[in-house]
Amino acid sequence: MSDPMVRFENVTKSYGALTVLDQLNLDIERNEKVSIIGPSGSGKTTVLRMLMTLERINDGVIWVDGEPLTHMDRNGTMVKASERHLRRVRGKIGMVFQHFNLFPHMTALQNCIEAPVSVLGLSRAEAEARAAELLDMVGLGDKKGHFPIQMSGGQKQRVAIARALAMRPKVMLFDEVTSALDPELVGEVLNVIRQLGAEHDLTMLMVTHQMGFAKEFSDRVCFFYGGKIAEQGPPDKLFNDPDNDRTRQFLSAVLEAG
Amino acid sequence: MSIWDWDYVWEAMPYLYQGAIVTVQATFLGFAIALVLGLVFALVRQSQNRIISGVMAEIVEFIRSTPLLLQIFFVYFVGPQFGIVIPAWTAGIGVLGIHYAAYCSECYRAGIENVDGGQWEACTALNLSMARAWRVIILPQAIPPIVPSLGNYFIGMFKDTPILAAIAILEMLQRAKNFGAENYRYIEAITMAGALYLLFSLVASVIVQMISLWLNRRYHLQ
Ligand SMILES: Nc1ncnc2c1ncn2[C@@H]1O[C@H](COP(=O)(O)OP(=O)(O)OP(=O)(O)O)[C@@H](O)[C@H]1O
Ligand SMILES: [Mg+2]
Repeated sequence: MSDPMVRFENVTKSYGALTVLDQLNLDIERNEKVSIIGPSGSGKTTVLRMLMTLERINDGVIWVDGEPLTHMDRNGTMVKASERHLRRVRGKIGMVFQHFNLFPHMTALQNCIEAPVSVLGLSRAEAEARAAELLDMVGLGDKKGHFPIQMSGGQKQRVAIARALAMRPKVMLFDEVTSALDPELVGEVLNVIRQLGAEHDLTMLMVTHQMGFAKEFSDRVCFFYGGKIAEQGPPDKLFNDPDNDRTRQFLSAVLEAG
Repeated sequence: MSIWDWDYVWEAMPYLYQGAIVTVQATFLGFAIALVLGLVFALVRQSQNRIISGVMAEIVEFIRSTPLLLQIFFVYFVGPQFGIVIPAWTAGIGVLGIHYAAYCSECYRAGIENVDGGQWEACTALNLSMARAWRVIILPQAIPPIVPSLGNYFIGMFKDTPILAAIAILEMLQRAKNFGAENYRYIEAITMAGALYLLFSLVASVIVQMISLWLNRRYHLQ
């Protein structure tokens, strides 16, 4: 059982002539919390989207929990994964988006029970009980019957986190989940993520511009530059004593911007 | 001879009533076909397969760019030469439905494309099946905003029903005309038909607005 939870093996992604990720190799251990930082356009979001199967990869293999995600075995050879295979393996992964992507025509509770009922096959009662628990956990026990339009950005994002957790993923992906929030609402979302990290067995991969949070929360930080990992390491090292000039430049630019 | 004679009005009434029933039935049946088939067209159009979606687009374009009357003639008069005999009523309603399905499918398409792409991404991330995503997430957001434009086609189809007279279906306007011909006097019957069309259109547009409001409220959309 020493397989990493997630493995990117020589993964290449391009849009037409633009190579966004170039032969990416990245292993993420079980329960590891990894932050991805880097300048705009460096491919951070793309890494998460490929893992969530929202983007097809052009080359390489992505592994999840010891089995290939992007490929499957057919009579001893690796072939491109079928939709069925994708559906099975991506069940281990949950994602939270920058713009929440809540279902606007459903209440917070309905948002959290739709997939557990229709995909996992839970009974309505079971799903509701679990969703209520999760909404309590993110501090929204009293907002179960609210529609997204009736909630603040921070509340919406916390519902989105509960909704993803309701599918019992092993890996959670966060793509700049606080970037669309008013500054005073960032804290409540980060607190929920903190709590998740402390109380649940979850592998977490997050793209963030919150350097303070990345430093405090992650086991490892990866600095992306031009579709490659330019530098990675424990947050103390990466933030305080980076080896790479580009990392240093990026960090000082970010610090200046506040 | 007065310009307006109420005796003719009373006499024409039962006659027009018969026609009105035919007109209303044709509109409802035809539009039911248009709503369902239009959605099917729109969904096929969204197919990942370029060929399937392209062929569907061409079919829709073809239907929209030839006259309704020609399509009805084609099915009703040309069909039998190839041994395809369809009763007038079936042919009329069917062609009305298919013709308007092409227009409705464009409404649906606009509605579907207006749903935020993030909704599909959430469906994938939550592992919903394609069918479930369409039915429970995408369409409930896509359809309420387009109810008013679907409603316009409903009224448009209603106003197109006199075309059915071309294949000997006695709808309301044809009856009014026949009544006029029999009595050498058209003004009452034709005016009454006009008033009824107006009345139905007004009622229909109120109903459409109510459905639109109700759906938007039901699905908590703007
Ligand atoms: N669908 C697409 N089609 C073409 N190019 C794309 C597409 N999606 C992303 N790209 C390009 O891929 C590159 C990497 O994008 P990505 O979204 O991963 O960057 P990012 O590191 O998340 O940036 P940001 O910090 O601005 O979110 C960018 O140059 C972007 O323009
Ligand atoms: Mg991004």
